Parts: sequence; structure tokens; C-alpha cells
Amino acid sequence: MIQTDLIIILPEIIISVCAMLALVVSVYSGKDALASRLVLLTSALFVVMALWIGNSGGESQSAFGGMFQDDAYARFCKVVILLSAAAVLVMGRDYMLRTGLLRFEYPLLIAFSVVGMMVMVSAGDLMALYMGLELQSLALYVVAALRRDSVKSTEAGLKYFVLGALSSGLLLYGASLTYGYAGTTGFNGIIESTSGGQASMGLLFGLVFVIAGLAFKVSVVPFHMWTPDVYEGAPTPITAFFATAPKMAAMGLFARVLYDAFGGVIGDWQQILALLSVLSMFLGAVAAIGQSDIKRLMAYSSIAHMGYALIGLAAGTAQGVQAMLVYMAVYVTMNLGTFAFILSMEKDGRPVTKIASLNLYANRAPTKAIAMLVLLFSLAGVPPFLGFFAKFGVWSAAIDAGMIWLVFASAIASAIGAYYYLRIVYLMYFGEEVDEALNGGGSPVLWGVLMAAAAIMVFGIVNLFGINGSAASAAAALVN
Amino acid sequence: METLILFSPLMGALIAGFGWRIIGEQAALWVSTGFLFFACLLSWIVFISHDGVTEQIQLMRWIESGTLATDWSIRLDRLTAIMLIVVTTVSALVHLYSFGYMADDPAWEAGESYKPRFFAYLSFFTFTMLMLVTSDNLIQMFFGWEGVGVASYLLIGFYYRKPTANAAAIKAFVVNRVGDVGFALGIFALYMTVDSIRFDDVFGAAPALANMQLHFLWSDWNAANLIAILLFIGAMGKSAQLFLHTWLPDAMEGPTPVSALIHAATMVTAGVFLVCRMSPLIEYAPEAKTLITFIGASTALFAASVGLVQTDIKRVIAYSTCSQLGYMFVAAGVGVYSVAMFHLLTHAFFKAMLFLGAGSVIHAMHHEQDMRNYGGLRKKIPYTFWAMMIGTLAITGVGIPLTHIGFAGFLSKDAVIESAWAGTQGGYGFWLLVVAALFTSFYSWRLMFMTFYGTARGNQDTHAHAHESPGVMLFPLGVLAVGAVFSGMVWYGSFFGDHAQVNRFFGMAEPHVEAAGAGFGEQNSHSKDESKDNSSDDATTDSAQTSAALAFGPAPQGALFKAVDNHVMDRAHHAPTWVKLSPFIAMLLGFVTACWFYLWDPQMPKYLVKHQRPLYLFLLNKWYFDEIFEIILISPAKKLGRFLWKRGDGDVIDGTLNGVAMGLIPFFTRVLGMAQSGYIFTYALAMVLGIVGLITWMTLSGGGF
Amino acid sequence: MSVTVFAFYLFAVSALAGGLFTVISRNPVHSVLWLILSFLSSAGLFVLLGAEFVAMLLIIVYVGAVAVLFLFVVMMLDVDFSELRAEMAKYLPLALLIGVVLLMQFSVAIGVWVFSDQALSARAAVPPAATHNTAALGLLIYDQYFLLFQLAGLILLVAMIGAIVLTLRHRVDVKRQDVHAQMWRDPAVAMELKDVKPGEGL
Repeated sequence: MIQTDLIIILPEIIISVCAMLALVVSVYSGKDALASRLVLLTSALFVVMALWIGNSGGESQSAFGGMFQDDAYARFCKVVILLSAAAVLVMGRDYMLRTGLLRFEYPLLIAFSVVGMMVMVSAGDLMALYMGLELQSLALYVVAALRRDSVKSTEAGLKYFVLGALSSGLLLYGASLTYGYAGTTGFNGIIESTSGGQASMGLLFGLVFVIAGLAFKVSVVPFHMWTPDVYEGAPTPITAFFATAPKMAAMGLFARVLYDAFGGVIGDWQQILALLSVLSMFLGAVAAIGQSDIKRLMAYSSIAHMGYALIGLAAGTAQGVQAMLVYMAVYVTMNLGTFAFILSMEKDGRPVTKIASLNLYANRAPTKAIAMLVLLFSLAGVPPFLGFFAKFGVWSAAIDAGMIWLVFASAIASAIGAYYYLRIVYLMYFGEEVDEALNGGGSPVLWGVLMAAAAIMVFGIVNLFGINGSAASAAAALVN
Repeated sequence: METLILFSPLMGALIAGFGWRIIGEQAALWVSTGFLFFACLLSWIVFISHDGVTEQIQLMRWIESGTLATDWSIRLDRLTAIMLIVVTTVSALVHLYSFGYMADDPAWEAGESYKPRFFAYLSFFTFTMLMLVTSDNLIQMFFGWEGVGVASYLLIGFYYRKPTANAAAIKAFVVNRVGDVGFALGIFALYMTVDSIRFDDVFGAAPALANMQLHFLWSDWNAANLIAILLFIGAMGKSAQLFLHTWLPDAMEGPTPVSALIHAATMVTAGVFLVCRMSPLIEYAPEAKTLITFIGASTALFAASVGLVQTDIKRVIAYSTCSQLGYMFVAAGVGVYSVAMFHLLTHAFFKAMLFLGAGSVIHAMHHEQDMRNYGGLRKKIPYTFWAMMIGTLAITGVGIPLTHIGFAGFLSKDAVIESAWAGTQGGYGFWLLVVAALFTSFYSWRLMFMTFYGTARGNQDTHAHAHESPGVMLFPLGVLAVGAVFSGMVWYGSFFGDHAQVNRFFGMAEPHVEAAGAGFGEQNSHSKDESKDNSSDDATTDSAQTSAALAFGPAPQGALFKAVDNHVMDRAHHAPTWVKLSPFIAMLLGFVTACWFYLWDPQMPKYLVKHQRPLYLFLLNKWYFDEIFEIILISPAKKLGRFLWKRGDGDVIDGTLNGVAMGLIPFFTRVLGMAQSGYIFTYALAMVLGIVGLITWMTLSGGGF
Repeated sequence: MSVTVFAFYLFAVSALAGGLFTVISRNPVHSVLWLILSFLSSAGLFVLLGAEFVAMLLIIVYVGAVAVLFLFVVMMLDVDFSELRAEMAKYLPLALLIGVVLLMQFSVAIGVWVFSDQALSARAAVPPAATHNTAALGLLIYDQYFLLFQLAGLILLVAMIGAIVLTLRHRVDVKRQDVHAQMWRDPAVAMELKDVKPGEGL
């Protein structure tokens, strides 16, 4: 029995073992000299794993007495997580190297956090959930503070750590309430205890606390406050990582818990999620307007986007989960492209993140400017681009679920949100000459990622590269 | 192979448009032209080897949203095959022709590279046109439809430094949008009623639609009629039919090869193609058919009458195109779709040739387009003269009456007129078309005489330097001339021959062989109304059985469809001799009048202008259509727009929005900025307050026990 | 009142009192000592439950290691706790309000608390009758919760790496002992004899 269990979690085992081997080798050999190569190896490993998982298919199965679920849903999330983590590693290598941050521990910590994420989306038990979550978070706390000589970076790491601990506390408290009222930590046990469509108040309180803990991880209002500070303080490649894979993982876990454990009381959490979603969309849209730092802006942007993705969950249907998955995949792609651009923002060889430095950028680098324009339009959800279709997906799911007011609210929020995306476009094309304007930067890798993401935004509209089908089967595996 | 046909123009466009900096200008031109000739060759192979059976070739899965499942696939049947050869042949020849015509364009400065852009646009247009004609569902067709609109916009406005060209491009685009609204509404209505936009499903559902009622605007309509009319409005826009025709003459601002390709042979015929493609639906929409016939015949007469007095050589041909499109619609409107396609095919050859010939004249005369400054060019540019002569003989319909020998236009136009006689019982449509034929003959010969005969007028320098065009421009003329002479005779039987042949050609089943045999005899007893009742009775029982789900039947076989009671073609075959002779007589009359006015007594036109001034001005100003539109549509729209802009938008909406955008949102932004204090304490407080709020809400609203 | 019951209440009360005084005592060192009392009482409760292994773990790990570590930290950091406490007093009303609201809601939930139908059967860690509870614990951790155990190990590894990454600094200006260099030192090469002629330098 243990053998079949181990085979099911083989991808996770391989990544962990490789990371530990690399740790030993690095410690006893050239130390950080290996780091650059290690980054590439790690991301290659991620890609291989993603291909493997993506092609494995097969029935849903569970390991370790239901603690670990391997189904189409988990596989979808894992592929997105692995691919985006691989992309971020490759994108950030040059930056980390130049700023002297490329220590060999960096790829290893990322690898461990990815293992944590994979456990998260596969969790079938509150304890496994918590283990995955902590494994992921702990690694992220460390990398957020990786630039330990910078006050901002350490502050970011510390804030993230303290608030993360608080959210873990909330989550644990919720888990213990759930355990107390349901009598078990296993998801299938919890859902059984609510099989009558009714749950005791204590169980619902547990649910609320669990939701709060998870909402922190996806940075949803009012558990979002850490996001702008951490995004700004952490080194840019780390920020790019924060904005992509962990978001997918946390969102995946969110849906996993809500459907696998609390799928019997959909009506009870639907309203909470709708509320969180509306708050996030509006706060993300409104607060981003005043930002002058593009990383902070992306933080608010991600808050808003998580709000849109939550619409899909709030719908409470398989269609909604499918729309959420597609939304997250599109969101991750857009963010990869955008951060590739941000990583390539340089003045006199030094990284810059001021929005004002983008003034008249289109005159200096027309190709990159147009790619960025496509991405920004897509982020804003302007119709011909993929971002719109992602939004359209969650909207139609919400409409089918009868939540028209939610769609209406989110349409207003996205209209407000469009302002700050378009302001960047405006600056790039019709801004004014400024001293701090960018001049150069950007490796071919970043250029490639940027262009690829922009191209996907344009050509993806044909049929979303068939992603809809796998998202549908993933959603069907989760909601049944 | 069909996929290759479809994508090679796109490849050409991409390479010429984006790659010319890499591979060089000349190479880019040759590559795109090469791709087009390749596509043309394949198209002919497809056309000749096609056996009439409809094929569907799926390229990719495309849109899947609810019940709207759409593949991107090619529908290959006879209709498509015809359009394939028309589009690719004319396009390939126009590409080649453009080498000469665009060689040294005075609109551009010496160092500028405009040719790759031009070729890329041409190839892109061809791709979108092929998209349109190969589409297997209405959405795909709509994409192609809009694609050709865009390409046409780009090409009309090709001389973007010329304000009139820009204005014309915008006008074409806007007028077409009016039609597109109709087309889009038609698609929506179909999707709403049939729950699918695939042609097969739509065609299968047509009989049921004929018995369905749809509420639209202020009243209930018969679904089939409503949809057919909406689709026809789209066709009117693209094919420049009356009321939506105003853009076509202005579109002549584009380079002449563009006029030949888009505004004569291909894009403007898309409307006719649409009506023929939707024939299974149109057949169940009698009112729509009447409307199509009426609009088509009116356009034919109207455009021909305006063509009588125009002096710009390209505008004359443009009005002629408009008029010929009217002919095609009449044929389609009376239910003889094969004849509509026949005229479309022959017209593509001779009209493209006339345009290219006109282009050659313009090229020779250093971009002078006013015919009053021509004259006596016969000797200077003999090849062009002969090409134009063949084109004129074809368009005026010269041939031996009562036989099947003659130029292409003779056969197809006579077929249209005979069908019109049969379809309208010798009424409105028929007489309008005959008169239009007279006008056609007159203005065509007028064009010939003013251009090639008489004395040289205008700038004598220009005349002195007039020269024959290079070989790359003459070769396409030669090829098209072959088509203009022979295409009618070769395919007469396939399009307008006896039943069996036409059905075989279009791959249609033969459900009413016996009816065809007895068709003429029981023409009167088997009256239209009666059999319509029969067919609708059948459909009623069908749909009554499955009233809720509306189970639709399978699509009829073949590229075209004729209702069981549609015997127009048979009646046309058996039309009286005077009907068959009438277009020929009209042609002769027109020819003689033209000779009288422009060869024998050149003062005659001036005399007429002086004494019939109101009539002359009426025609010269195109029946005052532009002016009427200006008064009843454009200036009220402008006034309304100004009002909404100043009062509605400026005061009300801007005021409110500014209030929100400039006041409220920045206020919240500041508040949120203050909340983001940077202290962990604040952040934790927010989280705790959040959880308290959520818990409270759960207590108050939750379903716990 | 049997001895067991008496012991239970003794340990329970002292655990709660320990917790309370940990929070309110003025001297931080006293706080840690109160915390140790609380740990010890909990260990007593475990013994009463028959889980002597866990009880010993609690004493060894928490009292022996963690609490002592706390003591060191508290004494080394020299934080002015009274100032912190003054700061805290400022927000006390708000904190109390939040606390009261939460408490009320939870009392609602606890008031209607019932065991779920499956609760008894769904318990994961029921000590088997025939086995020693240490063995049962081992079976549970290394068999049923094998995955969680391994993941916990990974978490600790990450924590270790993190601590090293964030704090370890290689200073370049200090001399370090290089063990390998010392061991592989070749005496033959290490010393070179020079014949110095009188009256000349090297």
C-alpha cells in the first residue's frame, strides 16, 4: 500500500530529493558558484515535472488514507504552478546575479515552496493542508527577506512572517473548530458531517476562520494589507514569484477546501466569498490609482484580480470553478509578462520601479511598449484580449448562478481599475520627457517572456489554447 | 489542398507585410504574387475536380460557449469552388498587374516603400475573402465579412495623404457597418431560433422557421422572412445596393487594381454570395424574395442611369458594377440562384478586365481620369483598346440571339433577364432590367467612344506621351479577355442548362424530377400560392409534433436549394421569343444612340444637356442620394450628436463621472493610502476586524443550527 | 473525590493560572517561569490521560529546551516591557470590544454544540487496547501520518535553511581555521632549508 502511495506522490518526492541533494552538493562544493546553474536546473526540473503531471491523466486517486488527492483538478493547478515557477526562476536569474542575491539556497527554497504548493492543491485533510501551507509560506518568508542588507526587504520579510503567523493561527483555530464539530480532519469526513445540507454554527465558524486564513494567502480584502509592502520590499524576481505560483496554489487550495470539505454547505460560504470578492475588486481598483511604484501597483492589481477569480468560486458551480481556473491561468500568464517587463526596467544599469520612468517609453522601445500595452489592456480586461475572456468566463458563471449584482459590481470595479492600467499606457505613449526615463536593460530571456505573454494575450482568444477543456475536466473532478 | 488555398495568401501577406525589410522589396512582391498564383492553380484543380458533393474540412475547434459550438472549418461545395476560382484568379492577375501599375506612383516620394504594403494588403484581402467564401458557419463568415471590410478600408485609404481617399475609406466603412448591423441581427435571430449558427443546422431548420413567429421592433414577423431580410440588408451594404450604394463610387479613390479586385470582382459580390449561400432559407421567405428582386432591379436601373452622364472613367465603371450587382440580386430574388452565380462569374471576368483596362488607360494618361480629356487613344494603346473592346462587347451582351453563342455577358445577362421575366410574370423586374440593359449599352459605348475615338482633348502633352502599358499589365488583360469571351459559352449548360445538368453541377438532389418534366405544362394550374400552402402545411405538422424542442430536419443536399414549387428556371427556358430578344434589342438601341451622340453628331449631348438640364443634373448628381442622406440623416445626426455631446455628455455624464472620478475615487484612494500605514499593528487589526465582521455576518445570516 | 479527580482539578487550575500570570506579570522572567508552570501542569494532565510519553516529551522539549531558550532571550534582549504594556493599554478598549464580540458569538456556537454523528467513529487516534501507547503513537506517526511527518521534516529543514540564509555572514577579514589545509600539509614541502652564506641576506 505504501508503494502505491509513494508512486502517487512521486513528483513531490523527486523535487524534494533533488533539492536536498543539491543542498548537500552545494554546501560541500563551490557554494554560490553553482547557484546560477542550479537555477536553470531547478526550472528544468519543474518543466519536466509539469510535462509529466500534465500528461499523466488517469482516474482520480488518493494516497495516505485520503490525505493526498491526485485528480484532474490537482494536476491542472500543479502544471500552472510548476510552469510559472520555472518561468520566474529563469526570468529572475540575471537580476539576482547582478544584485548579488543569487545564493544557492534561493532555487532550493523556491523548490521547497513549490513542493508545499503541490501538497496544498492536493490536500485531502486539514493537517495536510496546513503542512503544505506552512512549507510554502516558510520558504516564502525567507525569500522575501533575501536581500538582508536592505531595510525594506527585511521589513517585508518580517511583516509577511508576523502577519502570516497570525493568519496561520486563524487557520489553525478554524481547523480545530472544524475538527471539534465534525470530529475529523479528513475532508471526506467533514463533508459527510454536513451531508444533510446543514452545519452546526461551530462548524461554520471554523469554516469562516479557515476562509480567513486562506484569504490571507490569496491576499483578499481585508486580509490583504501585507501585499503592497511585501511586493515593494522584496527583490523584484521574488515579487514576480509571489504574484504567480503561490496565488495559483492558494486559490487552488481555497477551492479544494470549499468543495471537498464544505461542499455540502455551499449556500453558507457563497455570500462570504461574494463579499470578499467585491471588497477586493473595489479596493484593488481604487487604491492602485495613487501608486507611483509599479510593484505596489501590481500588488493592488493582484488584489483586484483575486477578487475577480473569487467570483468564479462564489458562483458555487462547476462552471464557476472552471472559470476560476482559466482566470488564474490567464492571470498568471499576464503577470509573468508584466514582471518580465518590470525586471527589464533599468536606468544606467540599475533597476528602477518608478512608474514615472516609463514616460515616453514607446519612443525608445516601441516593440516592448506595444507588448506591454497588450498586457495592460489584457489586465484591464479590454475586449479583444485574453484578459477579457477570462473575466467573461467568471461573469457568465456568476450570471448562471444568479449573482447578477456581483457581475454588475465587478464591471464597475473593472471600469475604475482600467484607469490605472491605461494611465501607464498613456505615459508610455503620450507622456512627457523626464530625467528619470529608462534607458536600456532587459535580457533576451525577459524579452522572450514578455513577447510570448503578449502574443498569448492576442492569439489565445482563438480557443484559449484548449485550456478550457482541461479546466472543465479539472472542475468536474472537484465538483461532483 | 483547400487549406493551402486558404492560407497561402495569408502567408504572402505576412511575408510581404512584415518580411520585406529582410528579404527585400522586389522579393516580397514576387513571394506574395507567387503564393497567389499557387492558390489560383490549386483552386482551378479543386473547381474542375469537384464532384458537387459538399465536403467539410475542419481546421480547428474554435468557439465553445454554452450551446454555441463553432469549428473553424472549410465548407467546400460548388458555390465555394466557384468563388475560389473567381477570387484567386482575379487576385493573382491583379497582383501581377500591380507590378506595372504601382511601379512609379506619383502619390509617393522617391524613397518611400509603399509597394510591399500594397501587396500585403492585397494578399490579406484575398485571405479574408477566402475566409468568407469557405466558411462553414455564420460566425466564421461574419469574421471574413468584417475582414474584407477592413482590407477594403485599408486599400481605399491607401493614398492616406489624400483627404478624399481617407474620407472615402471612412464612408465605405461606415456605410458597410449599417449593413452589418442587419447581418449581425440576422445571425443573432438565427442563433436564437435555431440554437446553432452552422449552415447545416440552419438549412435543416429553414422549413420550421417559415412557420415561426418572431417579435422584432414593434410587431411579430415570420421568422424566415425576417431573418432573410436582415441578412439581405447585410448583403445590400456589401454589394452596394440601393440606399447603401453611396460608398462604391467614392471607393474609386483607391488604386485601380484595388477597384478591379475588390470593387468589381470579389468583395462586392459577397452579398450575392451570401444570398445564394442562404438559398435554403431564402426559399422559405417569399416576401424577402420579392424585396430582393425589387431592390436589385431598382439598383440596376438607377445605377445604369447615373452611369449615363458620369465623366470619370472609373466612376462610370463603378456605377456599372453597381448596376450589374442589381442584376445578380434579381436573379437570386426570383429564385434562380445558379443564374445569379453565373452572372457573378462572368461579370468577375469582364468587369475586372474593364477596370484593369481603365487602369491601363489611366496609366497611359499619367493618372488622368476624366474622359473629357481623352479621345483618339485607339492608335496609341492598341492592346488596351482591344481588351476594352472585348470587355465592352461582353458587358453589353453581344452574341447571336436565340443561340448560345456570344460573349460571356450575353449569355449570363440574358439568362438573368429571362429569369426575371419568368419570376415576376413579366412585371416590374423584367422591364427595369431591359431598360437598364439599354443604358448599359449606351454608357459602355460612350466610354469607348469618348476614350478611344474622336480627337485628342485635354492636355496635349499628356496625349503625346501616352504609351502602351508594360507586359505585366497586358498579360492579365489577355487572360481575363479569354474569360470574358468564353466563360459564358463554356458554363452556360452548368448554370442555366436543363435541370439535371444544373443539379448535378451543384450537387443537388433531384426530388422533383416529375415536376420538372411537367413543369411548363402545369404552370398555371400549379400556382405558386397553392404549393406554398402545401409545403407550409407539411412544415406545420412537422413543427407541431415537436413544438417545444423544434426538432429540425437535416440540411438539404447540395450547394444551392430550390423549393419544390420553384419552376422559375423552367419557365425562363420556355420564355417567348420576344422576351429572349428584348435585351439584344435594348443593346442595339443603346449602341446606336451612343454612335449617334459620340461619333456622328458630337454636338448632340451638349444640346441635350442644355434642353434637358433638370434631368441631366438629376443624373449627374446621382439622383441626389448623397444630398438626401445629408439632409435627412447626416445633418440631423450631427445636430443630435452635437446636442448630446454638449448637453448630455458634457454636462450630465461628464459632470457625474467627473464628480465620481475626480472627487470620490481619489478620496477613497487617499483614505486607503492612509490605512496602509506600514505598521504591522494596523494590518493585524484589519485582519481581526475582518474576521469579526465575517463571523458576525455568519451568525446573523448563516444557516447553522 | 478520588485522587484522580483531585489531580485533574489541581493541574487544570494551575495550568490556567500559569497562563494568566504569564500574561499579566510585570517581570518578563516571572512570565517565563509562570509559563513553565503551565507546561508542567499540562504534562500532568497528559499523565492523567495515560499518555505518559507525550507528558515526558512536553517536559523535555518545552520545559527543558524552549522555556530555557525563552529565558535566555528575555534576559539578553533587555526589552522595556512596561513601555510596551503602556502602548497596549491604549488599544485595550478596542481589543476588549473585539474580544467581547467574538466571545458572544462563540458562546452562541458553543451553546448549541453537539457531537457530530460520525464524531466518535471518525476519531483518528484511538489508542488500541492491547498496545502500549508509545507504540500506538509510533504507529500513528510513522504509518498513518507518514506523509505529514515527512512534510514536517521538510518544514524544519526549510526553517533551518532560512535561518542560515538570513543570518550567516561570511566575514572576509578574519582568519579561519582550514582543517583540510592543516591535515594535508606536507612537511616536506612546508619547510624549506636555505643555506645562508655569511655576510649575505636572503
